[in-house]
Amino acid sequence: MSNSQTSKSTPLVKRGLAEMMKGGVIMDVVTPDQAKIAEDAGAVAVMALERVPADIRAQGGVSRMSDPDMIDGIIKAVSIPVMAKARIGHFVEAQILQALKVDYIDESEVLSPADYVNHIDKWKFDVPFVCGATNLGEALRRITEGAAMIRSKGEAGTGDVSEAMKHIRTISGEIRALAAKSEDELYVAAKELQAPYELVREVASTGKLPVVMFVAGGVATPADAALMMQMGADGVFVGSGIFKSGNPAERAKAIVKATTFYNDPDVLAQVSRGLGEAMVGINVTDIPAPHRLAERGW
Amino acid sequence: MPIGVLALQGDFREHIATLEACGADAIAVRTIGELERCDALVIPGGESTVMQKLAVNYGLFDPIKKLIANGFPVFGTCAGLIMLADEIIDGIEGQAGFGGLPVAVRRNAFGNQLDSFETDLEFTGIEGEPIHAAFIRAPIVERIGDGVEVLSKLSDGRIVAVRSGNLLGISFHPEVTGENRVHEYFLKMVQAA
Repeated sequence: MSNSQTSKSTPLVKRGLAEMMKGGVIMDVVTPDQAKIAEDAGAVAVMALERVPADIRAQGGVSRMSDPDMIDGIIKAVSIPVMAKARIGHFVEAQILQALKVDYIDESEVLSPADYVNHIDKWKFDVPFVCGATNLGEALRRITEGAAMIRSKGEAGTGDVSEAMKHIRTISGEIRALAAKSEDELYVAAKELQAPYELVREVASTGKLPVVMFVAGGVATPADAALMMQMGADGVFVGSGIFKSGNPAERAKAIVKATTFYNDPDVLAQVSRGLGEAMVGINVTDIPAPHRLAERGW
Repeated sequence: MPIGVLALQGDFREHIATLEACGADAIAVRTIGELERCDALVIPGGESTVMQKLAVNYGLFDPIKKLIANGFPVFGTCAGLIMLADEIIDGIEGQAGFGGLPVAVRRNAFGNQLDSFETDLEFTGIEGEPIHAAFIRAPIVERIGDGVEVLSKLSDGRIVAVRSGNLLGISFHPEVTGENRVHEYFLKMVQAA
């Protein structure tokens, strides 16, 4: 038996890893110990970052890629995929993360942007990227730049799920509206979405994004996770919601179960019990617009 | 009766779509009731550590193990292969699958995502063009026990598809490359069972 040439880092392989994470929970972690707790709770991947969004919000200052020693420690601590965040437009942080052999890079608005005009040219990298989006045009622009996975942004570090709801409703609604258009209307639609016509046409004909879409930003309870899954998310990112709560290990397990059994209220009632305090959180409407992370990225 | 696809986590929708494209009736399996309606089971790609925990939590673990011991046809891809292996190398503490396939399987055998790849494979029992296969943080079969038939290998000789009785396990993902013939092969196994 023989096989011909092999090719790495193809779009299929990059998007494929996200396909395998579907129905799962990706958890923010800042230390190897937290990563281990996440893995033991059933996380499908962990996201390494310097500080969880709630702390970034509370402490202020510039937020950057995590320390390489910390990322190495996290990679060594777990056997599930490890993602790590780079600043928007900071292609050198991304080069470093690729050299560290992370499994996915999140070009994230949660960190301080490095470029207020351009995002990273993600096609230049062998490692796949996930990017945030608040609407369909933004998602398609990121995919055009090479993103292999999309996460709706929500408002990170709040524990308030309302922005996550707004963004997934916006993206799903815009996809439905696109699918209802006639072919000759798609040219103007592409112009309005500020996205390439070919990609717009593909979304219009398939009725979905060409990559996996998770939801992020404000998911703090099992019910929040199930809400996002019922809204059509492929999976959820949970940031501050786990390690800023009273009992991270139990809450993490409960959110994993709720993400699988999102349509079963009996299971949801059972896993919502006895979790201790949820993260205190902050209402998005109380955050002045300049401090909203979702508005970073364009 | 339909073919079940274990739908706890992973790319179960792609498996359901591929089975339907082969003309089979496929359903998502999350409960005992759904499992009992099925003639056979597919375990999809995903994260094996997560699938195991969810299967235990929801009382599917022991029933599936028992079905396998009684000759129930099961097809595992990637994480599914790990779940079928009698021995898991490089698993997390306490990791154990359903077992049934007398093989030792190494998790993440190729390394991290940068070492994921696509290639073409010859597959014993599938004629015509080679199988186009995607290996995504894939496992390999490191050792085989008695009665295990090797169906496909990489050019370096590493084993990526095996069959033993009514169990079929492969390292790669035909369900994401538009390749229906491995599922057709499994459906023939189900018919013969």
